[in-house]
Amino acid sequence: MAERKGKCTMMRTTKLRRPLVFQAASVVFSALVLLVGLGTLWGVSGFATRALAQDEASKPNRKATVPVQTEKIDKAIEASWSDAGVRPSPVEDDLKWCRRVYLDVIGRIPSFEEMSVFMKDKSLDRKLNLLRRLLEDDQYTEEYANHWSTVWTNVLIGRNGGMEERSLTSRQGMQKYLRDSFASNKPYNTMVHELVTATGSTKPGAENFNGATNFLAMKVNEENGVQATAAVSKIFLGLQVQCTQCHNHPFNQWKQQKFWEFNAFFRQTRALRRFVRGTDDIDHIELVNEDFSGEGSHPDKAEIYYTLRNGVAKVAYPVFVDGTAVGKSGYVSEVNRRSELGNLMMESDYLDKTIVNRMWAHFLGYGFTKPIDDLGPHNPVANLELFETLAKDFRENSYDLKQLIVWITLSKPYQLSSKMTKDNESDDPTMGEMPKFSHFYTRQMSAEQLYASLAVATQANRKGNLEEQQRRREEWMRQFIVAFGTDEGDETTTFNGSIPQGLMMFNGDLIRAAIALEPGTWLHQLSTGKGTPQDKVQFLFIAGLGRKPRPEELSIATQILVARKGEVGGMLQDMWWAILNSNEFIFNH
Amino acid sequence: MWNRFSTPNGMSRRHFMSHMAGASAMLGSSLSLGHSLRVHADTLKKNRKSCILLWMGGGPSTMDIWDLKPGTDNGGPFKAISTSGDVQISEHMPLMAQQMHHMAIVRSMSTREADHNRGRYYMHTGYVPDANVDYPSYGAVMAHELISQRPDLEIPPFVAVGGASEGPGFLGMSWAPFNVTSNGRVRNLEMSVDSDRLNQRRIALETIENSFISQNRGGVLEDHRKVLGKTFDLLTSKQMEAFQVDKEPTEVKERYGVGGFGQGCLLARRLVEAGVAFVEVDLGGWDNHQNIFRTLENDRLPVLDKAMAALTSDLDERGLLEDTCIVWMGEFSRTPRINGDAGRDHWARAWSVVVGGGGIKGGQAIGATNEDGTEVDGEPYSSEDVMASVCHSLGISLETTFTSRSGRPMKIANSGKLIKGLFA
Repeated sequence: MAERKGKCTMMRTTKLRRPLVFQAASVVFSALVLLVGLGTLWGVSGFATRALAQDEASKPNRKATVPVQTEKIDKAIEASWSDAGVRPSPVEDDLKWCRRVYLDVIGRIPSFEEMSVFMKDKSLDRKLNLLRRLLEDDQYTEEYANHWSTVWTNVLIGRNGGMEERSLTSRQGMQKYLRDSFASNKPYNTMVHELVTATGSTKPGAENFNGATNFLAMKVNEENGVQATAAVSKIFLGLQVQCTQCHNHPFNQWKQQKFWEFNAFFRQTRALRRFVRGTDDIDHIELVNEDFSGEGSHPDKAEIYYTLRNGVAKVAYPVFVDGTAVGKSGYVSEVNRRSELGNLMMESDYLDKTIVNRMWAHFLGYGFTKPIDDLGPHNPVANLELFETLAKDFRENSYDLKQLIVWITLSKPYQLSSKMTKDNESDDPTMGEMPKFSHFYTRQMSAEQLYASLAVATQANRKGNLEEQQRRREEWMRQFIVAFGTDEGDETTTFNGSIPQGLMMFNGDLIRAAIALEPGTWLHQLSTGKGTPQDKVQFLFIAGLGRKPRPEELSIATQILVARKGEVGGMLQDMWWAILNSNEFIFNH
Repeated sequence: MWNRFSTPNGMSRRHFMSHMAGASAMLGSSLSLGHSLRVHADTLKKNRKSCILLWMGGGPSTMDIWDLKPGTDNGGPFKAISTSGDVQISEHMPLMAQQMHHMAIVRSMSTREADHNRGRYYMHTGYVPDANVDYPSYGAVMAHELISQRPDLEIPPFVAVGGASEGPGFLGMSWAPFNVTSNGRVRNLEMSVDSDRLNQRRIALETIENSFISQNRGGVLEDHRKVLGKTFDLLTSKQMEAFQVDKEPTEVKERYGVGGFGQGCLLARRLVEAGVAFVEVDLGGWDNHQNIFRTLENDRLPVLDKAMAALTSDLDERGLLEDTCIVWMGEFSRTPRINGDAGRDHWARAWSVVVGGGGIKGGQAIGATNEDGTEVDGEPYSSEDVMASVCHSLGISLETTFTSRSGRPMKIANSGKLIKGLFA
């Protein structure tokens, strides 16, 4: 994308704060009119492939524009398929690709309107055009930034961070920093540098507010900052040093010495409590760098001690994982250890590889390594050459995440069907195989994706300003989070396809709102509007699943309409409930 | 995927039961059929094995609870007291002291995982974390092996109370823990429509669901369908009353302790009575890097002591202890050496777990640690060995083998060996 800095002008004639679907209830009607007008044209997959086939037939020498990096991906992955003796699934129809891209890039399914806009674009570059809309058009900036802020908040402070009792992390502060960073498409390396070196207050509105401080605010004071050590090395460098805190790990080349040398970079950092004026109530945290006198009380050579398992005490100074040492002084004016660390990280190719791996896994379901944040030399890598090339290209393209998104989403592996064939059934990473990316790996939506998708599909949960919406969403999220009872705040989510999630989808408030039939609701408008019951059922399937209903599904709808004694609203309610609960809705496929 | 786990598609158990009811009516002998089913059920109930895991998240210092070293540098301030068994335990466990004839302390645990996540996974599965294979946890394995003893069970066979437990691994999401809070409250249980309409929705949903599954898009979709089936079952089941721990008399609630863990243990007993195969009850807060002795004496141990003693004696009084195995453990223990913050750090090399019920010979300690608590004297035991022993107490054969599609056989409990002396 040569003009990545330039704004896409095509869509700027109407400046909308929200996507079309949120605009007015009349959208439903116009969409319905559109649907009826399209009539049989909406044989969705047929529509898609036919449109494409015609374009290609009329211009036999033209090919869709793809970045050179996408070509590199395709070439490398295709070669790996023949090496592994698998054959790829066919390319998925465009509308399914469109659904994937909306889910992965802005965190929700496309609305009916958005699908129509995409399908009406008959050019060869319609996929690229869609990506440009999502990545560059102002109307999507907010959703793009929110989605990636959500993803990264979970990475940096966990799903529960800032929501536990006694927590001094400001989840809002963290999200605000990330939203601003993604909205301005801040280069990734800059963002990492800021997160690692941040000083200031955690809470929006407080003096010296710097939301980036929330990443480390709860990780530096306890246990001499071992959590900061583990998190920074793992999240940004793909190095799992946490086990070497206590011992040399048998399967890992990182030694105990490395852990404490890395840890030494965080020893000037303190999280200070700031109180509500005139009270003992803690208002927020201020992250500061203070002179560190060292455990031997020689601030000009501020060392730290650790103990080997045999009881022998050792000394450590700040040394980066590649062996580069910085000054030993504990005085911030002489050596600002976190700044030094940030600078050294910028030079490390682990930085590039880790983010490429994370992004690849975000879109393809699996990374080049398992797990994605362990790039240690003991861990095998799928497609090593491609992995290193992409990392290098990413660095050379100014750490521009949006470019990386385009490279991956236009690539062949991202476009393949999730339907397995007998020639690639063996490509099943859940079986312990290295992923070969010969078909799209079906995966469940995240809780946040589901929440946002329901909002789009039903126009529910859009009341209030951004903060209120975010708070409501977090309240809803909370029901799925279970803590492990350790001091490290470990947690897991039950939004994983288990029964509690099933119950929520059957009976939860969110679903009740989504299928509500009171006047003013989306479903009420649909049920009282023009069109036959069949048209309306068809509309539900396209809005929810991006396809027309099959004959057996229409026949169920008819039977339910009889059982509802001809009451269309009730029938639509039941069908919509079933659609929203179906695997086809809640999985990304 | 895993041959052993494939279950026939088609009818859910509920469907099956309703077909049965129809068939018996047609035969005109519903009475006698019902009678024979009941007799059958009683026999099954008698031999129905269950397991309750008391999971101590954070890594409790077993040296201050089950294996005291009073008077040594590492020993800390707690004294040892005599018990109803042939063992001594901490003075701050006076109620458990009266129940120790039911319990065995394995004092020679020696493991290698001293990181919370790795330790939790290892102690729950018998395997160290492996990026390539996702192993099933205790609850999933036991529920899977014991499910045939409880054909009438309509609620999940694996319940995790007040904590997360670990996942079902390659067994699939239909064996995942059912997570509830310690008061037994299950969210989103209130049905908004009558059962006819729910059934109609179910048919519509299954129609959409099945056509997608038939497109061969991965095993997760089949798991999703199974979980939906279980969710429907549970919505309409009378057995859900087992979760209503509030219905217990006040004196029973007080006997267990009115806090979360006490009520969780009481809930565990109700669930076992209702036929649940595996219940995990979590008590966190053992990650005592600082001020360990004050925290244990004033907070953690009284809570643990009351609830665990009530659970053990209550199960015994109800005749359930014979068929219910109780396991007490955390992810590891804590350093014998007391650190500068009056705390103890992570230590996995020498520590204790406690087991009882299910035919385990109580009142004894197995193995020992050396004088300063840093090493195990004699034969060391592992997570695999504990799991194997628990399997044995539940009548699950240690020859049980899971086979991957690629043909790799994996023995239950990762080929752990029976802990010597646990069984008479």
